[in-house]
Amino acid sequence: MLCYSPAVPATSTERKTETPRHSAVVRATHWLTLIAFAALLISGLGITISHPRFYLGEVGNVNTKPLFTLPIPASRDTVKTGYHYEMPDFNGWGRYLHFEAAWLLVLTALVYGAWGLWTGHFRKNLLPERGERSWRGYWKALGLVMKRYLGRGPADSGEGRRYNVAQRTAYLLVIFVVFPLMIWTGLAMSPAFTGAFPESVILLGGRQTARTLHFLLTWALVLFLVVHVTMVALAGFWSRLRSMITGRNPAPESDAGEDA
Amino acid sequence: MSGISRRKLITTGLAATAGVGGLVVADRMARRYGLIPPDDKGVYGPGETLTYAVQRVLTMHAPARQFPRSMISKEPFANETVPTGKAFKHLQAGGFKDWRLVVDGLVERPTTFSLADLKALPQKSEITEVACEEGWSYVAEWIGTPLHAVLREVGISPKTRYIVYYAIDGVIWESIDMGDALHPQTLLTWGMNDGDLPVGFGGPLRLRVPRQLGYKSVKYVIKLTATDDIKKFGKGLGSIDPEGGYAWYAGI
Repeated sequence: MLCYSPAVPATSTERKTETPRHSAVVRATHWLTLIAFAALLISGLGITISHPRFYLGEVGNVNTKPLFTLPIPASRDTVKTGYHYEMPDFNGWGRYLHFEAAWLLVLTALVYGAWGLWTGHFRKNLLPERGERSWRGYWKALGLVMKRYLGRGPADSGEGRRYNVAQRTAYLLVIFVVFPLMIWTGLAMSPAFTGAFPESVILLGGRQTARTLHFLLTWALVLFLVVHVTMVALAGFWSRLRSMITGRNPAPESDAGEDA
Repeated sequence: MSGISRRKLITTGLAATAGVGGLVVADRMARRYGLIPPDDKGVYGPGETLTYAVQRVLTMHAPARQFPRSMISKEPFANETVPTGKAFKHLQAGGFKDWRLVVDGLVERPTTFSLADLKALPQKSEITEVACEEGWSYVAEWIGTPLHAVLREVGISPKTRYIVYYAIDGVIWESIDMGDALHPQTLLTWGMNDGDLPVGFGGPLRLRVPRQLGYKSVKYVIKLTATDDIKKFGKGLGSIDPEGGYAWYAGI
């Protein structure tokens, strides 16, 4: 129907109908983050079981009262758990892997953060859209999305092509609040780092509080992962997975050209 | 997306060249300034090297955190590993009067110190936290002789890059770089909370390295060796830890 050639040279019939979705940087950093997170989670749990007791404040050990204790056996006989069973020790390779994966995460985050600022990705794709930046507009839009998720209300014409306000909120929280807090609470457990930057641990209320927060925030990220994967599954697991790998959405069935 | 433009190719090529060049330069600098840990090989080597190098640059001369006297733990945890060997029992029976610390290696005057000899050197007391890699911790006052005072006493060579230290059990050995060895808070500790250092906490002599996790603060120390080549010790990984799967650097 076009009177002039499209700007993007079409070399295959497939590319005419597919629509771009995720940029290469988003896709690469998405999967690198998943690899780093999986390694951090597994190694983190391995480290945790050597002392499955959590405290508040600066100090805590088997002689002091814990805030809470995980109902699992420990990998050390010095921790009396009442299970009469000692787990294998994962702490050595666990710590090696934990910090290597943390570096992967931090370096990935630096690339993603710099790129996101440079290209306006955060502003365009993750900040709530213009009409949703007031409290009133935000809650109204969020209400609509929630209604739709519960099977009521009209379908979203932009679904699969841009993030709705609930997605934007979740992604912003994970990227700019939870992950930075994870890195902060992690560093607040480093005796060398806290020596150079004592405020990093004092502001949190002590080394043991930092450790407890680090553990609890892990479950915020796990909760996000579960909801994220569930939503992807509900939206069409393979098509969404495919677009996060290839960067393109499959051809729309009847509404070609709507993306313009 | 499949059509790679010439511009993109050139940009990518330049970026890759700059990246590889940068890595080579970074590696040279790191080696020159001693920012490579002895356990830099293997699958965890890159992460370990990054951690050690970045922490060394960021924390260079920073002191470990200190605490007010009111924060000294009333319930410290000894994590007891009391040596059961005959030699230790014998020394313990004698009130550790015959405990000796041998200092050798790259020093002008290899010397053997008794506890009284150590106490005759300048003393220092520091209220710092012991943080175990397992996650628990406590704060205590540690009283001892700064390691740098002992090293000065024996005339340490400026070529020294590591201080290797040994426990009486003949198994545990550790090493620290000169950043930690000459650090004012690194103490050959013989006192704790205004008394003698209890055996459970490493008495009669423990090397407290407060900028690293507990396992670097070896208990029952009997020997120090100054060296410029850490590869000559054990399997060349810097301490017994990497041989058992634990990182040599424990500042994190």
